[in-house]
Amino acid sequence: MAELGSARRLPRFGFLLMLLLLPAGSALEEPHHRTNGSATHKKAFPVLDFNYEHVRIPFEISLWILLALFMKLGFHIIPRVSHVVPESCLLIFVGLLVGGIIKAMHDKAPILDTKLFFLYLLPPIILDAGYFLPIRLFTENLGTILVFAVVGTLWNAFFIGGMMFAICQIEVAHLGGVSLLSCLLFGSIVSAVDPVAVLAVFEEIHINELLYILVFGESLLNDAVTVVLYHLFEEFSHAGSVTMGDAFLGVLSFLVVSLGGILAGVVYGIVGAFTSRFTSHSRVIEPLFVFLYSYMAYLSAEVFHLSGIMSLIACGVVMRPYVEANISHKSYTTIKYFLKMWSSVSETLIFIFLGVSTVEGPHNWNWLFVVFTLVLCLVSRVLGVVGLTFIINKFRIVKLTKKDQFIVAYGGLRGAIAFSLGFLLPDDETKHMFLTAIITVIFFTVFVQGMTIRPLVELLAVKRKKESRRSINEEIHTQFLDHLLTGIEDICGHYGHHHWKDKLTRFNENYVKKWLISGERSAEPQLISFYNKLEMKQAMMLVESNSSARLPTFASAASLQNVQPKEAAPRRAIPSISKTREEEIRKILRANLQKTRQRLRSYSRHDLFMDPFEDNMSEVRFRKQQVDMERRMSHYLTVPAKRQETPSVRKVWFEPEHKVHTYDLDDGESPAGLSFRPKPRPPEGVDLVDEDTPQNTNQGTAQPGQEEKLKPSCCLSDPGPNTEEEA
Amino acid sequence: MGSRASTLLREEEIEEIKKETGFSHSQITRLYSRFTSLDKGENGTLSREDFQRIPELAINPLGDRIINAFFPEGEDQVNFRGFMRTLAHFRPIEDNEKNKNPTASEPLNSRSNKLLFAFRLYDLDRDDKISRDELLQVLRMMVGVNISDEQLGSIADRTIQEADTNGDSCISFQEFIKASLVEKLCETCF
Repeated sequence: MAELGSARRLPRFGFLLMLLLLPAGSALEEPHHRTNGSATHKKAFPVLDFNYEHVRIPFEISLWILLALFMKLGFHIIPRVSHVVPESCLLIFVGLLVGGIIKAMHDKAPILDTKLFFLYLLPPIILDAGYFLPIRLFTENLGTILVFAVVGTLWNAFFIGGMMFAICQIEVAHLGGVSLLSCLLFGSIVSAVDPVAVLAVFEEIHINELLYILVFGESLLNDAVTVVLYHLFEEFSHAGSVTMGDAFLGVLSFLVVSLGGILAGVVYGIVGAFTSRFTSHSRVIEPLFVFLYSYMAYLSAEVFHLSGIMSLIACGVVMRPYVEANISHKSYTTIKYFLKMWSSVSETLIFIFLGVSTVEGPHNWNWLFVVFTLVLCLVSRVLGVVGLTFIINKFRIVKLTKKDQFIVAYGGLRGAIAFSLGFLLPDDETKHMFLTAIITVIFFTVFVQGMTIRPLVELLAVKRKKESRRSINEEIHTQFLDHLLTGIEDICGHYGHHHWKDKLTRFNENYVKKWLISGERSAEPQLISFYNKLEMKQAMMLVESNSSARLPTFASAASLQNVQPKEAAPRRAIPSISKTREEEIRKILRANLQKTRQRLRSYSRHDLFMDPFEDNMSEVRFRKQQVDMERRMSHYLTVPAKRQETPSVRKVWFEPEHKVHTYDLDDGESPAGLSFRPKPRPPEGVDLVDEDTPQNTNQGTAQPGQEEKLKPSCCLSDPGPNTEEEA
Repeated sequence: MGSRASTLLREEEIEEIKKETGFSHSQITRLYSRFTSLDKGENGTLSREDFQRIPELAINPLGDRIINAFFPEGEDQVNFRGFMRTLAHFRPIEDNEKNKNPTASEPLNSRSNKLLFAFRLYDLDRDDKISRDELLQVLRMMVGVNISDEQLGSIADRTIQEADTNGDSCISFQEFIKASLVEKLCETCF
């Protein structure tokens, strides 16, 4: 306990204060009303009033969220703890503490209400996961994931349910009252791998993407199975008996639930993508569309008892490529950060509430039941994974090794979904016993498995995630290989994975994109949009890394595209250029993205301030190029006002907006290797350059060669800033 | 369907092909029936036109190059052996084969042969380097006609710059493997 920082004592203190004030507040209100009731009394006008009831619910919600956030802050202050213990464990622990405090005060704590969980806490996490799902990896392993999700969960449910029923028959346990169907229901609840817990733990261990997608994909897709099994057994346990017809209906129901959920998600996704086509004039509300459509997909699926999780995932996956092509960069960032924020808060709250509910909930501890549940969960998971992998490996090109199987089995964590489903059960003795067992399993998996998975991963030397960014080489060759393999498949007459993927891609390019993506981007090949995105990212990075205290407005102006007032600030520094001219230039730059880049590229190639040690083509060349680039950028940006501030300011202003930061592109080309390649320049581009250099008296259209010679000289004339930054 | 094909293909031939390429008996007979269905002239060899008759190949950006890969230097016809030899590159590596015969020549579907095959599709003039022009050609095929030369040029430049470690502004085989992570991709695809 001593390890909890003081930062954490504060919110608890504040919370205690509020709890104390709660009864005090309600007590205060009473006399107030009473005195008003007796109308004859004339009260003095209350200068300061106290009305807590008015804001009680939002106030308490905010306090809880604040508590969750303080926890998140606090954990990282103590590095050693956060390295050993995963965050989820610490959060449950905190929840236990808070629950204990509340119980000590004999107050009713908020429990992990099923409605609260399923409607408010779970969707952000799933949407965050689904929106950023690595699609290629997911579809490549879809067969494996489906087998694990469907067959694996079914196996788990029936195995655990059946064995528990057998256990219950043992006289010693006094559990004879538990029927087979109840046991099966329990089995189906406790067998599902939980996406929240998996995310929480796997996120921290940076395991390789294949394993991550296998376990995570399984946890997402098994929702359909869980939903169907749960409702099935719930219905049957009321009815009391099961017939063949019922079993058949169960299978049918599974298909309806999963496919229906996906269909609902796809429909909402398409509508959302279509809507985003028209949002070019109201960029501010773009993120809201994404969130709302996804949430509606989830809720609509839940209305029909379809799989809400699958609907949410399908919506995010379908919507994403088209929405990202349509929305502004700022909206994209907003969506990303809002999703991460919400999912982070949700996750924290879930774990804290889990802890609180543990302390709160009525428990019925039955040693035999609980212990056997735990053991059976582990056993069935291991058996299931090993058995299924044996079958799956016959169909896979990249086989799953023993290490992989171990991680997949060990990563089958249970979490809050199991708890909430258990909570939905009708209130009776068995429910409490089930809940206790479920909580024990959750605690065990999260604490023991969660804590030990990191050292185990290191011990087994499991391949970790490669941190490299996706390069254009990868993209080109991936597409190249796709085409190659599709061609070979066509030659062989074998309609395999690549053939259908190619057909889908072609359908997408020819029809769907035209409908769902606005403007010219609908015809843009994937390679080009990937390349543009890459350039944009680099532009942002360079601007951000160069935005020192000297240039706050520029950095902010760089990231804003539509806000007019901020643009006025840099514009004030440019007295010479007229507004219409700027508009023109900006329009031209936007349209001729490439040509502008050409100009800048040739500039940097002749820049005499190229790093002297670039002549060694060492491994770290790229990094040095970037450093050099940044240096040159800041040189560019910090040119003193006496001559060059005007053009450099303008440069900064335009560049990020028009994605023109490709200096590093040229640094790599050896000065000796490539010859100077004069490219024909549009007159407009040259005009801008001409206006840059005061020395250039030739205001008209200059020739490329001339222009190039002039650019370096403008830098040469300014040795000052260069030495400045070198210092 | 199968029986007609196998009577035209003698057992000894199947055995030879099996040894050379590693395909199984059933795979070979199936591919032979495909071969004969493509062979409209029924002369036991395939010409370029036979390949081009496959509709999906016509719209494949790399269609021509793939077809060329089947035909050895300067020839216009490919027989079944040659057909199988090229296809053998795409057979997944099986674990049990790896240790079988270390002294035998490297099987056609070994990792490096697969990568070499992919590399040769880029490198048309067989100088073991992908030059900027060759890269541009491939990019142009993959991207279509709407993109300007300059844009393509800058993509090509960036690609070379990322991959090129020895500064000759061409991509050699080793650089190709490392930069494009083709090895990793090959593992998952073929």
